[in-house]
Amino acid sequence: MRLEAIDISFRYDNGNRKIINNLSMHMDKDERLGITAPSGFGKTTLCKILAGYEKPDSGAVLLDGKQLFAYKGYCPVQMVWQHPELSVNPRFRLKEVLKEGDRVEKHVIEGLGIEPDWLERYPSEVSGGELQRFCIARALGQGTRFLLADEISTMLDLITQSQIWNFLMEEITLRGIGLMVVSHSEGLLKRVCTRRINLDQLGVKQ
Amino acid sequence: MKQWNSRKTMYCFFVLSIIFLAVVTVIGYFSYDKAMVVDFSRKNLPPSFSYPFGTDWMGRDMFARTMTGISMSIMLGVLAAAVSSVIAFSLGIIGASMGKAADGFVSGLIDLVMGIPHILLLVLISFALGKGFKGVVTGIAITHWTSLARLIRGEVLQLKESQYIKIAEKLGHGKLKTAVKHMTPHLLPQVLVGFVLLFPHAILHEAGITFLGFGLPPEQPAVGIILSEGMKYLTMGSWWLALFPGLLLTIVVVLFHLVGDILGRLIDPGRIHQ
Repeated sequence: MRLEAIDISFRYDNGNRKIINNLSMHMDKDERLGITAPSGFGKTTLCKILAGYEKPDSGAVLLDGKQLFAYKGYCPVQMVWQHPELSVNPRFRLKEVLKEGDRVEKHVIEGLGIEPDWLERYPSEVSGGELQRFCIARALGQGTRFLLADEISTMLDLITQSQIWNFLMEEITLRGIGLMVVSHSEGLLKRVCTRRINLDQLGVKQ
Repeated sequence: MKQWNSRKTMYCFFVLSIIFLAVVTVIGYFSYDKAMVVDFSRKNLPPSFSYPFGTDWMGRDMFARTMTGISMSIMLGVLAAAVSSVIAFSLGIIGASMGKAADGFVSGLIDLVMGIPHILLLVLISFALGKGFKGVVTGIAITHWTSLARLIRGEVLQLKESQYIKIAEKLGHGKLKTAVKHMTPHLLPQVLVGFVLLFPHAILHEAGITFLGFGLPPEQPAVGIILSEGMKYLTMGSWWLALFPGLLLTIVVVLFHLVGDILGRLIDPGRIHQ
């Protein structure tokens, strides 16, 4: 499977400058792609477009040669957002958050270090790092083919970071999921990625 | 582990209030015949043990009349406010989540109903349906949903922009499921508050159109009728005719408010540890 962006441009509705300008890129399902760029260069925007949250003004996002918007129901490209506290419904218990995903398997929940007694709590009753594990688990449902990780480990301590990344690498290799990592951390990208793109040098914002 | 907390106190208040309202309703419902008895040998009696709320100028037992009236008002208020809230909730969700055409239709409908003066529309509907209980309830129910519907619509529009709703869509949840499962928990407190605020409104309007002669028949013991009659006799020293029914009505409205407030707190996860 291949996820590609062909010549996409994007500008937010509020009339700001063009954030993404004629960008083309691709990634395969056995790749772990790292994205770097200084702040404000459209890393999150690129993730949102690739995951189908925003439609590019021009150009196309293709999954396996088919328009991403043509996929109905569960989107095979899942994105994990930078702010877990905004990504879960504050009125759901955490076990319901996991149920939102596409049949999330038990070993995923255990592998991410989610304790059973967190499941009965509400999102406001766990820490940001704990909440982020739920977001990752939810995105690792059975229908997921590509995972876009937008600064997902910034709020975690180093031991937890390595625990989560080790599990994530193992899981995506096992299931053949393509991974895109957005991060400012040089060390992390060096460890995790097989290929890297710097948006700085690639048609983003001119 | 099982210690007493303010959440349990709230539960107790909640249950007690509900029981009180239910008891008043039931007592009133069964003292209807007693409330209609006219006996001129006992007219204008001040409160005593056999007539705790006194009697009026026709010798009717004011306790039975008040209970029947309050019971009627509770049933009328609950029914009208409930129907109104359901209409507001459904239209609000439909308007905000089913696309532009639906939104235009709902907004238009809200403006249309809001544009006609309440009392006029109420009188028309009640009169067309042959007055009485049915006319009043229908009239209040289909004129009072507008402001709540507008509120719900705004809330849904805002929720739709939130990250977790967008994520739910990408996780393959359909529009209906998103509305019911993801949004309803956020809207319920609004609906509850709306429902509670509608209740005294409904009673007030019942009294209003009954006074104008388009509501309940004048021989019916209803709070509106009792109070307006009691007013006339207040200057003649019959203070009990207005005081007790008024007091009971206030208690009922306050209790109703309390019930709504407690319910809102109990379902709010932010307050689960209070």
